[in-house]
Amino acid sequence: MQYRYKIAGGDFSNAGSVASSVKKILRQLNISHSVSKRIVIALYEGEVNIVAHAYSGIADVEIDSEKIRIVLTDKGPGIPDIPKAMEEGFSTASPQVREMGFGAGMGLSNMKKNSDTMNITSETGKGTVVELINYFSTDVR
Amino acid sequence: MTISDIAKKIDGRIVCSEEKSTEEVEYAFSSDLMSDVLKVDRENVLLITGLANLQAIRTSEMSEINCIVFARDKKINGDIIKLAEETGIVLIESPFSVFRISGELYSAGIKPLF
Ligand SMILES: Nc1ncnc2c1ncn2[C@@H]1O[C@H](COP(=O)(O)OP(=O)(O)O)[C@@H](O)[C@H]1O
Ligand SMILES: [Mg+2]
Repeated sequence: MQYRYKIAGGDFSNAGSVASSVKKILRQLNISHSVSKRIVIALYEGEVNIVAHAYSGIADVEIDSEKIRIVLTDKGPGIPDIPKAMEEGFSTASPQVREMGFGAGMGLSNMKKNSDTMNITSETGKGTVVELINYFSTDVR
Repeated sequence: MTISDIAKKIDGRIVCSEEKSTEEVEYAFSSDLMSDVLKVDRENVLLITGLANLQAIRTSEMSEINCIVFARDKKINGDIIKLAEETGIVLIESPFSVFRISGELYSAGIKPLF
């Protein structure tokens, strides 16, 4: 199964709607709460990052019998120093983002913690691609 | 303790999803920082916050938090209520501060997460 969602930069009222849709799909597929919660939290933080830091983005979601793979592709400023951005506490978030309850520099580390595989590639001035993969059963990991 | 008993303890008014107010709450977490709330990995957790926006609802949806207390009579607008109803989250408005709500619920036996 494949799904594609658009994410608009700056649109805080919709931030989380993709994660909400994916959560519903995983519920329908009877994926356990503990498994779906992790990927949905990682996706939500990724969605918030596109809303907060990029201009626009797309979430491609691919589900098969053993895993879910999500690719978040955005047009935006990119991340010049990925290891630095991964550090807990590092943030370039605007005061507006902080007012929304984000911008503490914990998003990327939360995404890492809640995914089985996370890959980030980024080109400064162009955009960022984040790939998240989670397996449904702990034995195929 | 049930959600409706909690509302009584903090002079709270249940704003929506009242049908769920018989559900039990075991833990509470006070935070305005949503990334911190997203780290909550237990069930039957109540969120106490001063952050009255859609992200508080979305965050609770993802973290499987089924009740949010908004401290100090924060204005909860129609969009927030609509999203909370859709996702089945009980919203409570309380005139008390985060500090007082936390204190009242702690002494009533609601457990901290950390
Ligand atoms: N999609 C993105 N595009 C551009 N920069 C990003 C993106 N995601 C993250 N960043 C950068 O990495 C930093 C850390 O991200 P994160 O850990 O999610 O914390 P926060 O979003 O709270 O700042 C951000 O402040 C930003 O500078
Ligand atoms: Mg972030």
